[in-house]
Amino acid sequence: MSDHVSLSGSAARRLSVFKTYKLYVGGKFPRSESGRVYEVTDSKGNWLANAPLSSRKDARDAVVAARKAFGGWAGKTAYLRGQILYRVAEMLEGRRDQFVREVAEAEGLSKSKAAAQVDAAIDRWVWYAGWTDKISQVVGGGNPVAGPFFNLSTPEPTGVVAVVAPQESSFLGLVSVIAPVIATGNTAVVIAGEKSPLPALSLGEVLATSDLPGGVVNILSGRTAEIATPLAAHRDVNAIDLTGADEVLAKELEIAAADNLKRVLRPQPVDNVVDWTADPGTHRLTAFLETKTVWHPTGSLGPSGSSY
Amino acid sequence: MGVYSCYARRYAPLVTMPITAPASPADSAGGPPGTTGPAVGPAHALADVTASDSALRRFLHGLPGVDAVGLEARAASLGTRSIKTTAKAYAIDLAISMIDLTTLEGADTPGKVRALGAKAVHPDPTDRTTPQVAAVCVYPDMVATAKEAVAGSGVKVASVATAFPAGRAPLGVKLADVREAVAAGADEIDMVIDRGAFLSGRYLKVYDEIVAVKEACGTDARLKVIFETGELATYDNIRRASWIGMLAGADFIKTSTGKVAVNATPANTLLMLEAVRDFRAATGVQVGVKPAGGIRTSKDAIKFLVLVNETAGEDWLDNHWFRFGASSLLNDLLMQRQKLATGRYSGPDYVTVD
Repeated sequence: MSDHVSLSGSAARRLSVFKTYKLYVGGKFPRSESGRVYEVTDSKGNWLANAPLSSRKDARDAVVAARKAFGGWAGKTAYLRGQILYRVAEMLEGRRDQFVREVAEAEGLSKSKAAAQVDAAIDRWVWYAGWTDKISQVVGGGNPVAGPFFNLSTPEPTGVVAVVAPQESSFLGLVSVIAPVIATGNTAVVIAGEKSPLPALSLGEVLATSDLPGGVVNILSGRTAEIATPLAAHRDVNAIDLTGADEVLAKELEIAAADNLKRVLRPQPVDNVVDWTADPGTHRLTAFLETKTVWHPTGSLGPSGSSY
Repeated sequence: MGVYSCYARRYAPLVTMPITAPASPADSAGGPPGTTGPAVGPAHALADVTASDSALRRFLHGLPGVDAVGLEARAASLGTRSIKTTAKAYAIDLAISMIDLTTLEGADTPGKVRALGAKAVHPDPTDRTTPQVAAVCVYPDMVATAKEAVAGSGVKVASVATAFPAGRAPLGVKLADVREAVAAGADEIDMVIDRGAFLSGRYLKVYDEIVAVKEACGTDARLKVIFETGELATYDNIRRASWIGMLAGADFIKTSTGKVAVNATPANTLLMLEAVRDFRAATGVQVGVKPAGGIRTSKDAIKFLVLVNETAGEDWLDNHWFRFGASSLLNDLLMQRQKLATGRYSGPDYVTVD
């Protein structure tokens, strides 16, 4: 009560402003439809914040948002997608300190180690920003065929991709699974790591201010199994990335995903001890691409056997 | 029972209600608005109120005013009912059976109407237990095509007429429009009222036009009267229009054309449901209600069904007395139905694109 007095005196103590962590769905920040939350603690068990405990209906709403955003995002030029991904990196750079703190708390890292993780995550956005307009040259191109045709293959995005984000690496791992999915024009419904969802929920705030259209990335927090199961069975989801699912769950999800022939990216044996700082390669980009091949007549061949 | 209408009923005897000749013995009965004792035939009890323009105006302006806040609060609170599991399955099937599957575009082709007819008969070809919709709703020149498409199925053909959607045409043209549609085989006619006449206070003109159209419908075609509630400006006007329509012999009163910014809302539908309830109490004649336009999700449709059950009562929970004017609603209902059947969320790839 004596605080009252001191308030008028020297440096007034401010009431702390607690952040209410919310989901990121369709470009907005809703609470869980169920109204539930769960306690998130740091690595030592100290309470950090309450995170929304998403229900299957939140997952359903996220799929609707992702589907709605898909046409526009896939239709943007690869170059523009690259610019937007680069913009995400720029925005993250500006909020680096916040993410360093959140990653340090979530994973129990020292400040310098957390900073290294955040830097690597920012670089990861830049890496994938560069890939957006190059991947089609790598996996597409002209095919030699025995006939008077041009035969051209181009990669196209698969559609709505459900992503089970890694449980251990709350930020670098998260970015490493989201960025390749959206770089090629897919839209994503992401289930943040169950124990440490806060960096993921904060990432939503960055994405919302990076010219990324609403609905391209949707981030849910909660019990991984509860949200992933309806997503794996959802007939309007085209692919699922099982990186953050344990062996039992991954098997169950794979069975559910077979109903509408989803593309499934299985957790690789190496993923379990994955070093997220290593060169990511292109396999996460190509996992969610479909190949469209066009046959086009060359026109009549002259006597020389060529139309030119 | 609506909050405001309890109110209206309590105070009905106090309000000047010049609905009958002064000598009517039922005036002191104190029943719901318009009550004049036991019904003696369709709208007969209220026959006097349409005797002249001034009598009709006195009657309409004597109807209790609508408590807009109470009405919207009531509609919103009924929208929060939780309808789950078996009740939801029942509601979805009922809603499907109440749909007037509608295509009213300048670009309608016979092919599109035939496709719509096929969908009306078998909404979900992968599940033949899905009920049929109530009717297909088309422009008059497509009636014959639609009739052919649903032949032998029990699905009705409704046709908009009377210079839909504006209704700005001479009466002769409107009546010819109706007769053509009926001659082509339409089972139901959806007419629009003359909003210009209504808003300028010429109620009897509106009334006479509905009577003339009803006559042109003959005995076979049921008449739905569209008020275009989005253009009527106030809830009081919607109540007055409802009573004009019912007095003139409408078989259905319908909210809107779907062609303006504000279409069916829970509040204006609730108001119209109260009107048909009160009209039946007064005259013994049951009139149907059709909200149209802007109802796109199963959740919305189920909210409307709750309104019907809680306001008009179970008698209206049948596609003879309640309809949804909609097109995209059907796909959402089908996806929900598939979800209930399989336990998996369905997607737009599993229903037809209209």
